[in-house]
This record gives sequence, structure tokens and C-alpha cells, in this order.
Amino acid sequence: MRILLVDDETEFVATLAERLSFRNMEVDYATKAAEAIELAARKTYDLAVLDMKMPGISGIELKAMLEKQCPGMKYIFLTGHGSEEDYRTGSSEASGYLVKPINIDILVARIKKALEAK
Amino acid sequence: MTIIDRIKPDFLRSRNITTGPFRQMFNYSRIWQWAMLLTSLVTLVPLVLITAIDYNVTQQSIESENLLRTLRVGSNAKRTISSFLSERLAALTFVVRDKSHEELNDPAKLAVLLDNLRESYGGFVDLGVINSDGVQTTYVGPYSLQGKDYSDQDWCTEVQDKGFHISDVFLGFRKVPHLVIAVKHTLPDGSCYILRTALDTVRFNELLTTLELGGRGDAFLVNREGVIQTPTRYQKDIFENISYTIPEFSENTEIREDKNEQGEPVIVCSSYIPDSPYILMIIKHKNDMMQSWHQTRLKLILFLAVSISVIILVIFAFSTYLVNNMYLADERRLMILHEMEYSNKLASIGRLAAGVAHEINNPLAIINEKAGLIKDLFTYTDTYAADTRIVGLIDSVLSSVERCGIITKRLLGFARHMEVTLESISIGTVINEVLTFLNKEAEYRNISVKVDVAPNIPEFQCDRGKLQQIFLNIVNNAFSAMDVGGKLTITVHPDPPDHIVVTITDNGCGMTEEELGKIYEPFYSTKTKTGGTGLGLSITYGLVQELGGKIKVTSTKGEGTTFSIQLPLHPPQKAEK
Repeated sequence: MRILLVDDETEFVATLAERLSFRNMEVDYATKAAEAIELAARKTYDLAVLDMKMPGISGIELKAMLEKQCPGMKYIFLTGHGSEEDYRTGSSEASGYLVKPINIDILVARIKKALEAK
Repeated sequence: MTIIDRIKPDFLRSRNITTGPFRQMFNYSRIWQWAMLLTSLVTLVPLVLITAIDYNVTQQSIESENLLRTLRVGSNAKRTISSFLSERLAALTFVVRDKSHEELNDPAKLAVLLDNLRESYGGFVDLGVINSDGVQTTYVGPYSLQGKDYSDQDWCTEVQDKGFHISDVFLGFRKVPHLVIAVKHTLPDGSCYILRTALDTVRFNELLTTLELGGRGDAFLVNREGVIQTPTRYQKDIFENISYTIPEFSENTEIREDKNEQGEPVIVCSSYIPDSPYILMIIKHKNDMMQSWHQTRLKLILFLAVSISVIILVIFAFSTYLVNNMYLADERRLMILHEMEYSNKLASIGRLAAGVAHEINNPLAIINEKAGLIKDLFTYTDTYAADTRIVGLIDSVLSSVERCGIITKRLLGFARHMEVTLESISIGTVINEVLTFLNKEAEYRNISVKVDVAPNIPEFQCDRGKLQQIFLNIVNNAFSAMDVGGKLTITVHPDPPDHIVVTITDNGCGMTEEELGKIYEPFYSTKTKTGGTGLGLSITYGLVQELGGKIKVTSTKGEGTTFSIQLPLHPPQKAEK
């Protein structure tokens, strides 16, 4: 289970990556969109957890870019800006979303659920 | 409350707010006073002016009419008296010309002549012939005046000079009021004699007493010295001097205003009777003459008073009605302004809250992850697995982070403008769904919940989630306010034509006026010690507005609280949201 985490908060994304790795997941993280695209070019990931709002780019835009490189990859969005209704992007585009601060158990459950549907 | 307090218009009851953002547009008491004053002036001044003019014109007209009438009476009386005297003077003149001196000196013939004159004219008492020496040579009549010498009397001289004489009324030898008419006749030989007669004053007086004068009017004759010649009704006795000034000679009938001895205003009409020593005097009391005017005047004043009263009453009622309606319109304006200001305030606080929530969210997420990592380290590595105290502490940190997370989510939700998702809902079902969350607590605390939905409430389009959140927040608050054994009543009834009203009543601790004024403000909570965030009712307020409804609350400290939520049966148009 290979997961790509993308968030501009290094402290947050690094810690989350480490926590997920405790849960038997192979996790890489990026703090910039360019890094994420580079990582995705080098490795294949099953799922990407994307922050909705990063400097200069939104999670949706990054998703569109990654989809070209990694077709079939699943996505979960994170946001610090609001609750679910604010960032409802539609079930066809994303598997889900979570509002910071996130509950790790819910995130893991979402990841598993998304990958099961694959 | 007194009757005055009950009928007092709204604008006089309330205090006038003249400063601040919610000041009233006008000083309504002053507008009311000015409206009353100006309208009264505009209507009453012309009315009073016209009435005053009419009063004066009518009074002058009646006075003038009275004077003219008196003048006419005076003129007529003058002609009558003048005719009376001139007739008798002419009769005597005719006699002296028709009869010879010898015939007139024959007592038998003179007696026949006297009888004829009495029969023809009346009033003749006696008849005598006086020679040029002034001695009465022949006399027929009731007295013994044969041979009486009149040569020393003024009238005798006057007849010699003037040809005739009409005397004052006097008593003479007879001690009976009478007057004398004498005519001189000159014979062809140049000698002359005088035919003299005495007239009783009975017919003379009748001429004056039969005049229609009305009231205390009086008509009588005076001589040139002002001695009363005929009986009067209200003046002095005969032969006494009158108390009025003798008018200056005039050929015309004159009229003037004067005052009697009592100081009362009188009209004095006077007229010199030609070829006689008499002056006709007619005295009329002005008040008697104006009697009809006084009655008319009373009616006029009464009419004016009633008119003014009615006008003032109408002006009062109309001004009060208008100004009160203006005041109420202004009050409604202020109320809407208050509501807008309140909504704006809530929106501003919401934006502020969203900003704060966002800023806090990221560090909170880091704390969450760091604490989570520490826990993971304890959980997934054997080294620390046994230290349950540390795990407990980390759980406590994570629990606090989760609590903060809930607050920030609510803050963001409070500020967010959510899309309304409409679906057909049954209000009873939504309420029951909400109550299922609280059934356990109700059972545990022995709180009785009664739901009464009117049977004629139709299903309607609304956002189920928002409605649930609204009811959940209010019912949650009600539960918090109630002690064990509390009572919660939820009723739903229609509010024609196109609304329903949901009323949620608890018998909890209630709120003071001050608390009521703050309940929709974010972070205002009376449950801070038990975990209240103070956002529940703020969000509820926003949600009800989003659904196009209205929320009202009434509460009495120690007795309970009632929330009334009015909801539209038809969803509001997008533009109105």
C-alpha cells in the first residue's frame, strides 16, 4: 500500500507520514506540488492524500496533474478551511476528504475503503 | 393603568431617541404639537375672523335698522301731531273768515259753532272772542271767563304780531291740563279781534300713547324749555323738566344716542313740531331694541363654540392618527435596522471566527499529529508500551485537540454560507429523528417529552440536515436547562397562509432579560463549565434565516423558555437568501 502525502506544512506532513508508516503503509511525502509530481513520476502510488490549499495550487488542480501521470490512483483531500460541505468535490473526482486536525483512525479507514473499491 | 395611559398614543408613551445610530427620524411630540397648532390656526383663524366680521356687520345692521325704524316712527308722529294742531288752527281761521264779528259775538251762535267744532274735530273745550284790548268779550264753554282780561299775557301780544298762537300745555284757571289756540282776524276798518279756543289734551295724548314703541319706549312732548307737556310712561311727571338735553332746533327729525339717569344707553329721537312750542321726544332703551340681536348673538356664539370644539376634536384625532402612524412606521424602520445590524454583527463575528479557526487549525493539526506520533511510538514499539500513564496523558492531549477541532469546525460552519439542499420532509418525522438522539438521556433523567403535531401540516420542501441541526441545538439546550423530571413540549401548528410554527417549551431554569438579549451571540454560553461552546444558538439563528424562517424566544427566569420557529411551507427564492 503506497501512499503519497502532499501538504505545505512540513511538520504536519512528515509526522503524518511517520504515523501511517506505523500502520503498515509505505508513505512518501511532498511539501510542494512539483515534488509530488516528481515523486509520482518515479514511483507508483495507490493513493494520494492532498491538501486542498497549497501555495499557488489547489488540491483539485494537483489531482488533475497527477491523474495524467498515474491513472487509477485514488485521492483523499485534506483541508484546514472548513467542513465537508465546503469542499464537496463530487464522488466521481475524489474518494473522500478530511478536515484538519484529522483523526488518524478515520484517515486509515478512508484509505482502506478507497483502496478496497479499486 | 389609567384611562389616559390607555388612550395615550404610542409616540407620547415612548422616550424620544435623538442621538445614536438608532435615533428616530423626527421629534414626534413636537410634530404633533405643530400639526395641531398650525392646522388649528389655519382652520380656526378664518372661522373666528369671519364670525367676528359677521357679528359686527349684523350688529351694526340691526342697530342701524333700529335707528331708522325709530326715526320713521318719530317722523310719522311729528306729522300726526302737526296735522292735529294745524287742522284745529285751520278750523279757527276758517271760522273767523267765514263768520262776521257780530256773529261771533253772539253767544248763541258761538255756542252752535263750538258744538259744530266739537262734533267735527273733537277736543274743543270752549270758544271765546277777545277784542283788540285783550278783553274776552264773548265766551262759550264750561267756565266763567266772560270779560277776562288777557292783555297782560304774552300769548296775546304774540297773536297780535304773528296772527296765531299755539300755547304750551298748562293748567291755567281751570287746573286741568289744556292748550290754547288763538287766531287773529283784522277787520276792514283796521280793527282786529282774536278767536281763542282751549283744547283738552285727551286726544292729543292719545296720538302719542298709541305709538308702537315696544319695551320701555316712551313718546311725549316737551316745550322749548324742556318741560314735559304730555304724560309719559317711564319719564318724569307732566310739567317737570326732562333729564335729557334739549336738542338744537332742526326742521328734520333727529336721532342720537344718550344715557338715561341710570346710565343705561338710550336712543333719543327728537323733532320740532312746526308752528308750535312742542318738541316730540321718543326715548327707547337700546337694550330693548337689541333684544332680538342678543338672542341671535347667543346662537351665533353657541354655534361658533360648537364648531371650534368639533374642529379641534377632529384636528386632534387626525393629527394623532397621522403622527402615530409615522411614528409606528419609523419604529418598524428602526426594528428592521436593529435586525440588520444584528445580522451584520453576527456575520462579522462569523467571519472573524472563521479566520481565527483557520489560523488555529494548522498548528492544531500539527499538535494532533505530533501527539499522535508519540502515542504511536508508545503503541507500536515495545519499549514504551508498558507505560500506561504516558499513553493516558497523550490520549488527554488528543482528546483536547479533538475538542478544539470540533470548535474550529463549528466556527467555520457558523461563518459558512451553505447551500440549502431541499427535499420533501415531514416535520413530525424530523422532530422524532432528533429526539432519538436524546431518548437515552431523557430516560436517564426522567424528562418527559411530548410532541404534538397538528394533523393538517403537509409535507414541505426543506433542508432536512439543517432542520435537524436547528431542533437538536434547541432541544439540547432545553435538556441542559431542565432538572431531573423536567417537561419538554414540542408543538407544531399551521400559521396561515403559508407557514408553520414549531414551538419548543421547557420548564427549565429560564433566562433573564439580559441573558435573552445575548443568546444568539457567538461564544455566549451559560454552560461553559459543562462544555458549551456558545455557538449552538448562533448557528441555529443563521440556519433558520437560511431556511427563510424566523426564530423567537420568550423566557422567564425560574419558569422556563419557549422557542418559536416559524418556517415557510415554500422554500425562499435564491435571490432572497
